[in-house]
Amino acid sequence: MEKMLRVSSSPHIRSKDTVSSIMRDVVIALLPATLAGIYFFGINAAIIIALSVGTAVVTEAGIQTLRKKKVTINDWSAVITGLLLAMNLPASAPWWIPVIGAIFAIAIVKQAFGGIGSNFMNPALAARVFLVTSWPIEMTTWVAPGADAVSTATPLGMIKEGSTAQLPSLMDAFIGNVGGSLGETSAVLLILGGLYLLYRGVISYRIPTFYIGTVLVMTFILGGFNIYDSVYSIFVGGLMLGAIYMATDYSSSPITAKGQIVFAVGAGLLTTIIRFYGGYPEGVQFSIILMNIATPIIERYTAPRVFGGAKK
Amino acid sequence: MGLLSFKGGIHPPHSKEYTEDKPVVIAAEPAMVHIPLRQHIGAPASSLVKVGDVVKVGQKIGEAGGFVSVPIHSSVSGIVKAVKNHAILGGSTLTISIENDMENEVHESVQPKGKLDDLSGKEIVEIIKEAGIVGMGGAGFPTHVKLSPPADKKIDVVILNGAECEPYLTNDYRLMLENPSDIIFGLEAVMKVFNLKEGYIGIEDNKPEAIKVMKEAAKGNPGIKIVGLRTKYPQGAEKQLIAAVTGREVPSGGLPMEAGAVVNNVSTAAAIATAINTGMPLIDRICTVTGKGIKEPKNIKIKVGTMISEIVEQCGGYEENIGKLIMGGPMMGIATHTDQFPSTKTTSGILVFTEEEARIPEESQCIKCGKCVETCPSFLQPSYISAYALINNLEMAEKYNALDCIECGTCSFVCPSKRPLLESIRLAKREILAQRRKTK
Repeated sequence: MEKMLRVSSSPHIRSKDTVSSIMRDVVIALLPATLAGIYFFGINAAIIIALSVGTAVVTEAGIQTLRKKKVTINDWSAVITGLLLAMNLPASAPWWIPVIGAIFAIAIVKQAFGGIGSNFMNPALAARVFLVTSWPIEMTTWVAPGADAVSTATPLGMIKEGSTAQLPSLMDAFIGNVGGSLGETSAVLLILGGLYLLYRGVISYRIPTFYIGTVLVMTFILGGFNIYDSVYSIFVGGLMLGAIYMATDYSSSPITAKGQIVFAVGAGLLTTIIRFYGGYPEGVQFSIILMNIATPIIERYTAPRVFGGAKK
Repeated sequence: MGLLSFKGGIHPPHSKEYTEDKPVVIAAEPAMVHIPLRQHIGAPASSLVKVGDVVKVGQKIGEAGGFVSVPIHSSVSGIVKAVKNHAILGGSTLTISIENDMENEVHESVQPKGKLDDLSGKEIVEIIKEAGIVGMGGAGFPTHVKLSPPADKKIDVVILNGAECEPYLTNDYRLMLENPSDIIFGLEAVMKVFNLKEGYIGIEDNKPEAIKVMKEAAKGNPGIKIVGLRTKYPQGAEKQLIAAVTGREVPSGGLPMEAGAVVNNVSTAAAIATAINTGMPLIDRICTVTGKGIKEPKNIKIKVGTMISEIVEQCGGYEENIGKLIMGGPMMGIATHTDQFPSTKTTSGILVFTEEEARIPEESQCIKCGKCVETCPSFLQPSYISAYALINNLEMAEKYNALDCIECGTCSFVCPSKRPLLESIRLAKREILAQRRKTK
C-alpha cells in the first residue's frame, strides 16, 4: 500500500447540508410570497426586488474583495438579505430606497460585525428600521394591490386610525390582496414557505409558533376578547414574514431551545404592545430588533442542562 | 415494549448494506501474529514468555499489570520469535511475535469452567478477568472492573449493547444472528454476578432480524427483555443507552454504576460465554471489513495479532483509489496512515474510504444555526465550546461543560459550515485535564 492516506480526527463522514443548501432553501421558501408580491403590486415590485438583491450581492462581494477576504456570495445569504429587505418595502418606494437599504444592511449590519453568523441584528430588518426613520414619507406610502397603484392605508394603519369600516376581509388578508410591504401581505404563501423550511429542518417550529401564538393571545386579551379580531391581527402586517423568516435568523436569535421560546414570546408581547399603544401601526420590526439585542443575555440564562447534570 | 430512545442525535446513512447479509467467515491462519501487551485503556500487561518459548492456543503470555488491566493470551500455537516494541494503532508498544506452527494445539489450561448454576458471582468475575475480556464495542475497558463496583454502589440493571449505531459496522449484528445463545448465556452470567433476575438487550429497530432472533433465543429466560431502540446515532453510547432503557441519567462526570447500571457489548457477552463454557480466553473476534475502498467487504473472524494488511488481503485487497483507512466506524473510528500493525481485542471494523470520500470539506464561518446544540446527546453547546477552544480560552470551554463531551462526533457531522467542532473540543478536553493533573 504505497498510497498516501488521509489522517484526520473523527467523525469521518459529514452530513450533506451546507450553508448554501440551507440558504438556498430559504430563498425557495420565499419565492411564492415574492411572486405573489409581484402579482399584486406589479412591475415596480419586481424592480425593487431586483435592485435590492443586486445591491446586496454586489455590496457583499465588494466589501469582501476590499478586505481581501474570500468572496462568499455563493452561499446565498446576501441574496436572502436583499430579498427580505425588498419584501419589507412598499412597492411604491423610489429606486434609491432599496439600494441604500441593501448597502446599509450588508455593509453596516452584516459585514462590519464580521459577516455571516456574526451580525447581532437581522440585517434586512435593521435596514428597514434605518429607512423608516430616515425617509418616513417614502417608507409609509402604501399602494393598493392592482395595476393602477392607488395609494391606500395598510389594514393595521386603518385599525390605528379607527377607520375600520374600509378594512379588507379576512380572506383578502389571508391571501395577501391588501395594502402593505410588497412581500408581507400573503399570509398563506408565507406559511407555505415556512412549512417547507420546517420540513427541510432549516428552522424549528419554536420561534414562529410562539411568536404568532403570543400575538394571537395578547390581541385577544388587549382587544376585548374578540376572536375574529385576534385571528385577523396575525394575518396582517409583517407578522408572518417577521415571525417565520426574520425572527428565525440564525445569528441574531438564541441558539438554545428555551432561549428561542423566550425570544419569541418577548417579540410577540412587544409587537402587540406597539400595535395597541405605540405610535406606529406595526411593531414587528422593532420588536424583533429589540429581541435581537437581548439575544446574548437570553442565551446566557437559558443554557441547556447538561446530560446527567442537576435538574433545574 | 415500544421503541425507546434518548434526546438529541442524528441519522447518518447506515451504509451497512455492504456486509449485513454476509455470514461471518473464519480468517485464514496467520503465519505470524504480533500480540501487543497494551490493547486497551488501563495498564499494559507484562510478558510471561521469552524468545524461543513454545506456546499454545489460549496460553497466558502476558500478566495483567494491575487491577485495571487484563492478561493476554496466545491466539496461535507456535514459537515466540520476538518480544520487543512493535507498531500498533497510533504508536508502538511491547509486543509478543509468535510464529504459527499451524497445529492449533490448545493449551492445557483451557478447560470448561462448569455450569453457571455452580459458579458464584466472584468466580465468574475471576473467570472473566483471567480470560482477558475487555469491552469489545469501543475503548476496551477491562470487563471485570465494570463488574466489580465498590460496595456502596448498588447495581440493579444490566444491559447488553446490541445497538451498533456506528454506520458500516455489522459485526455485532451478525453475532446476534449467528450466535444468539452465547449472548444470552453471557448476559445470564453478568446477571448472576449482581444477583439480578432481569437483564436487557438493546437493539436498534433497523435490525428487525436481530430483534427477532434474540427474542427467540431469550424465550427460556423470562427475565431477559429484548428492547427495541429507535435507530438514531449515538444510540449505542453507554450513557444514552442507559437513558433509553431505564430513563436514568448517569450523573455528569460519573460512571454508569452511579446510575445503578452496567452496560456490556453483545460481543463481550459472547466472549464471557466462551470463557465459561470452553475455557478459551479472548483470542479472536469478529471484524467488519468494509467500505467502497475494499474489494470484497466481509464480516471476518480474526485472531488477535493478525496484521491489518493480511486481513484486508483476505477481503480482496484495496480498490484503486483509496484515501482513508479507519479502525472502527466512520463516526468514532481512528484514521491511520498505514496498515502495518496488528489487530487487537477491540478491532471491530476496518473501514476503507475512496479518495473522494476521504476529502475533508472546506470549513466556513459558524452561522449559528444551532444544529449542534439541537443534536448534542450530552446537551452541550458545541459551537461555543469549540469557539472558546480555538482561542485557547480553556476556562470558558470548561464552563460550557467541555468535559461532558462523549466525543460521538454528532456536532461535526451536522455542522453545515463543516467546522472541526469535535476536533477542537477534544483538544480543549485534553488541555483541561492536563492542567488539572498539573495543579493536583
